Amino acid sequence: MNSNPVLNIGIFGLFVVVTLVVVFRASRNTKTASDYYAAGRAFTGPQNGIAIAGDYLSAASFLGIAGAIAVYGYDGFMYSIGFLVAWLVALLLVAELLRNTGKYTMGDVLSFRMRQRPVRAAAATSTLVVSFFYLLAQMAGAGGLVALLLGITNKAGQAAVIAVVGALMIVYVLIGGMKGTTWVQIIKAILLIVGAGVMTLWVLGKYGMNLSGLLGAAADASAGKDVLGPGLQYGATGTSKLDFLSLGIALVLGTAGLPHILMRFYTVPTAKEARRSVVWAIWLIGLFYLFTLVLGYGANALVGAGTITSAPGGVNSAAPLLAEVLGGPVLLGFISAVAFATILAVVAGLTITASASFAHDIYANVIKKGVVEDKDAEVRVARRTAVVIGAVAILGGIAANGQNVAFLVALAFAVAASANLPVILYSLFWKRFNTSGALWSIYGGLTITILLILFSPAVSGKKTSMFPNADFDLFPLSNPGLVSIPLSFLLGYLGTVLSKEHNAPKYAEMEVRALTGIGAEKATAH
Amino acid sequence: MSTTESSSAGSDPTAPDPDAQKWIELQQSPDFVELRARLRKFVFPATGLFLAWYVLYVLLADYAHEFMATKVVGNINVGLILGLLQFVSTFALTTLYVRYANKRLDPAAEKIRTEVEGSAP
Repeated sequence: MNSNPVLNIGIFGLFVVVTLVVVFRASRNTKTASDYYAAGRAFTGPQNGIAIAGDYLSAASFLGIAGAIAVYGYDGFMYSIGFLVAWLVALLLVAELLRNTGKYTMGDVLSFRMRQRPVRAAAATSTLVVSFFYLLAQMAGAGGLVALLLGITNKAGQAAVIAVVGALMIVYVLIGGMKGTTWVQIIKAILLIVGAGVMTLWVLGKYGMNLSGLLGAAADASAGKDVLGPGLQYGATGTSKLDFLSLGIALVLGTAGLPHILMRFYTVPTAKEARRSVVWAIWLIGLFYLFTLVLGYGANALVGAGTITSAPGGVNSAAPLLAEVLGGPVLLGFISAVAFATILAVVAGLTITASASFAHDIYANVIKKGVVEDKDAEVRVARRTAVVIGAVAILGGIAANGQNVAFLVALAFAVAASANLPVILYSLFWKRFNTSGALWSIYGGLTITILLILFSPAVSGKKTSMFPNADFDLFPLSNPGLVSIPLSFLLGYLGTVLSKEHNAPKYAEMEVRALTGIGAEKATAH
Repeated sequence: MSTTESSSAGSDPTAPDPDAQKWIELQQSPDFVELRARLRKFVFPATGLFLAWYVLYVLLADYAHEFMATKVVGNINVGLILGLLQFVSTFALTTLYVRYANKRLDPAAEKIRTEVEGSAP
C-alpha cells in the first residue's frame, strides 16, 4: 500500500502539538487531589459525555470492530451492540449513585459502609488488573498500527514507536492530570467521530446512499461466505456458540465495571450532570457504532477480506486501508493520526485511573491509614505511580505486540464484569452486603476469571493461541464471562450471609446520600 | 470502622449515635421511601427488560442462523433489523429514563436535600 510515513507522522505530530498546548493551559489550575484526579469536578455533562466517548471508543472499537465486520461480517457487529447496550447498566444503575457516594475511585464507594483497608486494597487490586489488561490491548494495537502506517516492520522499530507513544502519554498525565487528559479525550473523540462520519458518507455515496447496495457488494466480494448473516466467526461448533454467548454477556456487563469509565463520573459537579454525560455518551457511541457497521462492510466490499488479513496490521488494518482506497494518502494520514490519538488518549485515561487507585486507596488509606502528613503527598505518589504504570504499559505493549486487540479488550471486560460489577451493584442496592461479601466477590471473581483465561484456548492449545505449542487448555471457552460472572455474584452473596457484619446506620447514610446527593463532593471553584 | 466509635467517645457505648439515628430516620421518612420506590420501580424492570431483549437477540444470532439470515428488503435481513432495533431500544430507554428522572426523581431528591442541607447550595 501507498502509505506515506512522513505525512502520517506529520498529521499525528500536529495533533500532539495542539493537545500539548491544551494540556499545558489546562494544567495551570491543577493543584489539589480533586484537581488531579477529578479535574476539580468542573466539567459539564456534555463535555464529560464527549470525553467518555473518547475514553470508550478505543483502538479496539475503531480498528477492531471495523476489522471484525470486514472479515467476519455480522459476528463483528455483535461487539458494537454489546458495547452500546452495556451503557444502560451504567445509566440506570450505577452512574448517579456512584457520583453521589464516592470521591475519586471505586474503593471510595465500596468502603463507604465497610472496613476500609481490606476493601480498598481489594478494589485497588481489581482496578489495577482490569487497567493492565486494557492497557495491554491498546499498546498491542499500537504495534500493529505502526507496522501499517509508518512502514516499520521489524520488531525493534515497532518497540521504539510503542515506547515513544507511552512516553508521550506519561507526559500528558503528569502535566495535565485529569483535566488535561479529559481535554485530550474530547479533542480525540470529535476527530474520531467526524472522521468516521465522513468515511461513512463517502462509502454510502459510492453505493447511491443505499445500505442494501453496499451489503450486496460486500456479499459479492466475499465469494460464497455469508457475511450478512451470523455465524461466520462463532457459528462452527457447539463450543464456539457458547463462546459467543459468553462474550455477549461479558460485553454487556463489563462496561459499568470499567474503572476508567467509573472515574469519569467524578469529573462533573452533580449526579444530574453524571446522568447527562451518560446520555451524551450513549448517543455518540451509538452513532459511532452505526458508522463502523458501514465502514466494516465498506472495507469488505472495497478493500476485500483477503487483502485486509494479509496486511501488516491484520484484521485491525481494515479502517486505515479503507481510508486509503477512499481518500488516498491524505485521508489515510488523517485516520492513522486519529487512531494513534485514540490509543494515546485511552492509555492516558487508564493510567490516571490506575495511579489514582494506587495513591488514593492503597497509599493514603491502606498504608497511611487515612492520615497523610501533607496534602501534596498523595498526588505526588499518584504522579510517580503514573510513571511506573506507563513503563509497565510500554514493556507489556512490546511483549503483547501482534495479539488480537478486540480479544484482549474482551478479556478486560470479562474481568471487570466479574470482579467489579457484582460488588458495585450489591453495595449500592443490597443493605445486607458487607466486607466479607465484597472480598469474596472481588478476589474470587478475579481469581476465577484469570484462571479460566489461563486455561483457555486463548492462551494455549490452538494455532491462534498466545502459546500455540503448549497445551493446557482445560477450559473450552475463550471468554470466561458465562462462568465467572454468575460465580462472582454467588460468591458475593455467600460471603455476605456467612458473615455477621451488618452496619445498618451506615447503609442508611449511604442510601440516602446516593439517592439525594446530600453531602456529595462539590466542584472546586477556581 | 463503625460510626459509634467515631462520634461519642467516653459515653455509654450502647447509646445510639445521634448521627446514625439521623440517617436512619431520613431513610425511613415517607419522602425518602417514596423516592426510593420511584427509582426502583423504573430501573429494576427496565434493566430486566433490556437485558432479556439483549440476551434473546444474542441467542437468536447464536442459534437461529437461518432465521437471522432471512432477507426482508433487498439485502437487509432479519439479523440486521434486530441488531439495529437494539440501537433503537437503547436510545429510546435512555430518553424515557431521562424524562422520568427529570420529572419524578430530581424534584423529590431536591426536596429532601434542601430540607437537610438548607436552601443554600
